[in-house]
Amino acid sequence: MPPRGITVMKKPKDARGTLRKLLKYLRRYQPILLLVLLFSVGSNILSLLGPNLAGKAVNEAAAGAGHVNFAAVKYYAYRMLLVYMISSVITIGINIVMMYVSKGIARNMRRDVFNKLMRLPVSFFDRNAAGDIISRVSYDIDVVSTCLATDVVAILTSFVTVLGSLIMMLIISPLLSVVILVTIPFSISYTVYMRKKTQPRFAKRSKAYGTMNGFVEEMLSGQKSIQAYAYEDQVCADFDRVNHGAANAYYDADYYGSTMGPTMGCINNISLALVGMLGSALYMFGSVSLGQISSFILYSRRFSGPINEIANIINELFSALSAAERVFNLLEETEEAADAAAAAELKDVKGDVELQHVSFGYDPGKTILHDLSLRADSGKLIAIVGPTGAGKSTIINLLMRFYDAQGGMICVDEKEIHSYTRSSLRGAYAMVLQDTWLFNGTIFDNIAYGKEGATEEEVIRAAKVAHIHPFIMRLPQGYQTVISDNGGNISKGQKQLLTIARAMLYDARMLILDEATSNVDTGTERQVQDAMRRLMQDKTCFVIAHRLSTIKNADLILVVNDGDVVEQGTHEELMKKRGFYHKLYSAQFE
Amino acid sequence: MKLILSYMKKYRWTIVLALVLKLAATMLELLLPYVLEYTIDVAAPAKDLPLVIVCGVVMIVLAVLTCLLNIRSNRTAIRNSSRTAYDIRRDLFFSSLHLSGRQTDEVGLASLISRMTTDSYNVQTFAQILQTMGIRAPITVIGGIIVTVSMDVGLASILLVILPIMLVVIISVSLRGIPLFDRVQQRIDAIVRIMRENITGIRVVKALSKEEYERQRYHEANEQMNRADRKAGIVMSLPGPLMSAALNIGLTFVILIGARRVNNGQTQPGVILAFLTYFNMILFSIMAINRVFMMASRANASAARIGAVISQSPEPVPLPEEQLAKTASSDLIVFDHVTFNYNAVNSNAGSKEDEPQPALTDISFSIPKGGSLGIIGATGSGKTTIINLLMRFYDATEGNVFIGGKDVRGYDVKELRQKFGTVFQNDVIFADTLESNIRFGRSLSSEQIRSAGVDALADPFISAYSDGYRHTAAIKGANLSGGQRQRVLIARALAALPEILILDDSSSALDYRTDAELRHAIREHHSESTTVIIAQRVSSIMGLDQILMLDEGRIAGLGTHSQLMESCPQYRSVYETQMGEEV
Repeated sequence: MPPRGITVMKKPKDARGTLRKLLKYLRRYQPILLLVLLFSVGSNILSLLGPNLAGKAVNEAAAGAGHVNFAAVKYYAYRMLLVYMISSVITIGINIVMMYVSKGIARNMRRDVFNKLMRLPVSFFDRNAAGDIISRVSYDIDVVSTCLATDVVAILTSFVTVLGSLIMMLIISPLLSVVILVTIPFSISYTVYMRKKTQPRFAKRSKAYGTMNGFVEEMLSGQKSIQAYAYEDQVCADFDRVNHGAANAYYDADYYGSTMGPTMGCINNISLALVGMLGSALYMFGSVSLGQISSFILYSRRFSGPINEIANIINELFSALSAAERVFNLLEETEEAADAAAAAELKDVKGDVELQHVSFGYDPGKTILHDLSLRADSGKLIAIVGPTGAGKSTIINLLMRFYDAQGGMICVDEKEIHSYTRSSLRGAYAMVLQDTWLFNGTIFDNIAYGKEGATEEEVIRAAKVAHIHPFIMRLPQGYQTVISDNGGNISKGQKQLLTIARAMLYDARMLILDEATSNVDTGTERQVQDAMRRLMQDKTCFVIAHRLSTIKNADLILVVNDGDVVEQGTHEELMKKRGFYHKLYSAQFE
Repeated sequence: MKLILSYMKKYRWTIVLALVLKLAATMLELLLPYVLEYTIDVAAPAKDLPLVIVCGVVMIVLAVLTCLLNIRSNRTAIRNSSRTAYDIRRDLFFSSLHLSGRQTDEVGLASLISRMTTDSYNVQTFAQILQTMGIRAPITVIGGIIVTVSMDVGLASILLVILPIMLVVIISVSLRGIPLFDRVQQRIDAIVRIMRENITGIRVVKALSKEEYERQRYHEANEQMNRADRKAGIVMSLPGPLMSAALNIGLTFVILIGARRVNNGQTQPGVILAFLTYFNMILFSIMAINRVFMMASRANASAARIGAVISQSPEPVPLPEEQLAKTASSDLIVFDHVTFNYNAVNSNAGSKEDEPQPALTDISFSIPKGGSLGIIGATGSGKTTIINLLMRFYDATEGNVFIGGKDVRGYDVKELRQKFGTVFQNDVIFADTLESNIRFGRSLSSEQIRSAGVDALADPFISAYSDGYRHTAAIKGANLSGGQRQRVLIARALAALPEILILDDSSSALDYRTDAELRHAIREHHSESTTVIIAQRVSSIMGLDQILMLDEGRIAGLGTHSQLMESCPQYRSVYETQMGEEV
């Protein structure tokens, strides 16, 4: 999380468009917002009356010893108290309502972002870093919501306050107002000047902290290697440089930043002095009363408050708009195309799969699969082998319609896969991938994930087949053990077995195993595979594996290299051919 | 808090300077309304224009002086806090980097990183605030009370009644607010977790058509977040209006009682005016004190987390001679009845005590100089643990480990580890040139690096880059394929011609052909090195002098490939599954 308090002015690209979209979220709360607006204007006018009443009360009190009209003092003082109290109550009310509105909008935005994520194609997630997507929810939406809760109200009330105070001051004494009208432009231009001066320094500071955080993260994750090679001193020396950079950038930025507060205070104090001086002079000539000076001073304080704040608020508004823009950019990503109108449910799957002259590339200019054809009859085991980067996982992406082929045709049960609904097509496969995926929940929930309402017996049976049951039973909470973030408390191999158990439980007609057992030791792997074969006897299986032994008994082996099937056949046929497969296979005995 | 203060101690004189400057500035600022009151009450009614002008000039001088002193003191404070933070970060990083395996396990990597970033930032902010607002606000409150009392005791007593009420309101709201913010943090963590899970597992979610289910799961977390967020927001929005309400009640009393006192000739009307100003100043100072307290509680928690790391005694120290075990064996590496349990020493983490099973039990083997050992076994059978003990990332619970006839605990850790060239499981490539990644801080010539690249079969792909060995790797080597990463790491291990070469599952991303060529190259050019290879594939280790088959931390077999094929059924079974029976 970026340290708070560092706001860098980021100008949104399309401020007006973003604002319009943001207003859409506000529309739901329109009547409430209008009411808030009305009340906040009212409460401000009330609190503006306060100093005036106070001034009148002081005026009455200033009559001198023995001459004070207590009835009048009380009259004004009670009025003043009443006005302030009402205004406080309204302010509290407005704060509460605005919390409901702004947090409600944040919730709606978070909801919309997630719903959107669920509709985006897999390619979006392959292109964007998880951290970047998440920061839109954890950071950007928070910025927008905070801005709505405070700044929107602040701007409205500032406007009323500034205008009201000015009017009141002019009414009390146009001559004294001249002082304010001289000092205010001065403080505004000073603020603008300092902004310009500090902005790049604060940007530099954020960058220096970013660099330092990145360095720390990288080095600490390689801590063991660093220790092993006694590289610590060098790393510490490097860190010293980065650390220095951060400390200096902080000092440099805040060196300038820290003059702002005192200087603004100084300008206010000088204007106070001038008002006092000029006021006293005017009092001598009888053109103002003592009470008027006192209420004038109170108004001038009210007046300068928001003026000093306005630069900050505008800055925050811009950064909120650019945060909102990032959120809206996500919400406008192209979604996964809808199923064709005529798309049918894929039912009573037989499991015949055929690829005809399929071509595909993730980037338009870079074809990965050139002209792939294969046929997998129901119940057969198809193995896909080849060097890393040859396009093995791409085939899986196409079968599952995570991506759509650019040329050729893929059929299941003799029909083009676009003629089925996506969910029924995907539902026809059970899948175990190289990157095991478990979520923060109990082991039971993780295994039962694919099958709603799975019974305990079913889950245990699946775990037994996947040879993970004994391990689970050794855990103190058994199946109710909660898997912590990233499954940190269990090994990679055990994670793979859990996902295999999940696939076991999921009753599908076709099975995809993408390096599913790469971290399981070979003994267990064989047992799991035996069990899996039994389970999938009449089903179609696609297996990708490095270990050639695991796929030797496949019905069909596809040897993929550079996006083409260079050889296909059974193990015996391919070995006889003495081609690419033979080379790969014999290498393991050298 | 102690930690922060002890780090600030080094800069105590400049801190004192900052405090003194701030004190002076605050007192000058407190004088301002006093002069204003004098102008209005004495100078103006006396129709003494020169006096009014003098007063005005005095006020302006006071304002400018205050400003200059404040700027000077702020800058000093910032310099102090930036240096303090620098010192803390330096020590924290040093300690983090030198933590032993066991200590790192306890803290966790993610937590170490957040201590370096978020926590050190909190401490720095607090160190600065403490020197500025932390002094200014209390002085303003105390000074304000003193000045008002000296002006008019009767009116000042109103302040003395209202002030405690304000403090109670503020403190009670803050005390309620802090845990509410913790709750919000937990809720947002839950939301982020669900999002992360869905992003990383999008293929599984889509394959099983669980979108609706996930939406529901997220929806619940989102609603909880909303409730917590709103509650915290509302509670924290209360102090402002409540304070100004209290202040305004106070002002009303000042006017009412002030009027009576003016009437009785006990006070001047200008005093009422001055009181209005002081009340405002005191109000803002109390709000500031509130902020300092909230920050202090956060910084305190952060400092405790930082202190927990810094106070760890880093690096295992060499044991004194008399505590070391002796061995008669002349072999380079000797394991003598070694048993090891990851949770043996401190089982304060409750969840771990259910795993009383040692990671290794009674392991004995030895490797002569220049010999080689392959380790194979199921997931979790203790293969990597052997490396951890050998390099002294952990110490054996029972039994002894010897290198070159000397107990490993007798070596200086640096000296010990310099004997090794190691590729760990999931080892890291740093964002630096490939050359630096291979050199890794050691004094190696470019030729040595290139020849290591050749032996590790990394040279062909590295030379294919236009900038060759100067090609820059992305963070964690993200711009390299798995196989390329492993070859660079192997080059790193080979580069210094280590006495002992350790490869922990470091060729899993290589296809069989490349793996075989690699073994060939190592045999050819690094025959001097004693080699330990951990592998999943039998083919990676079957040619080595000795093979150790591990099963749940125990030795299931030890010998050459052909011996194990005879004597160890588990080994034979693994071999047959991987190679096929007919070979």
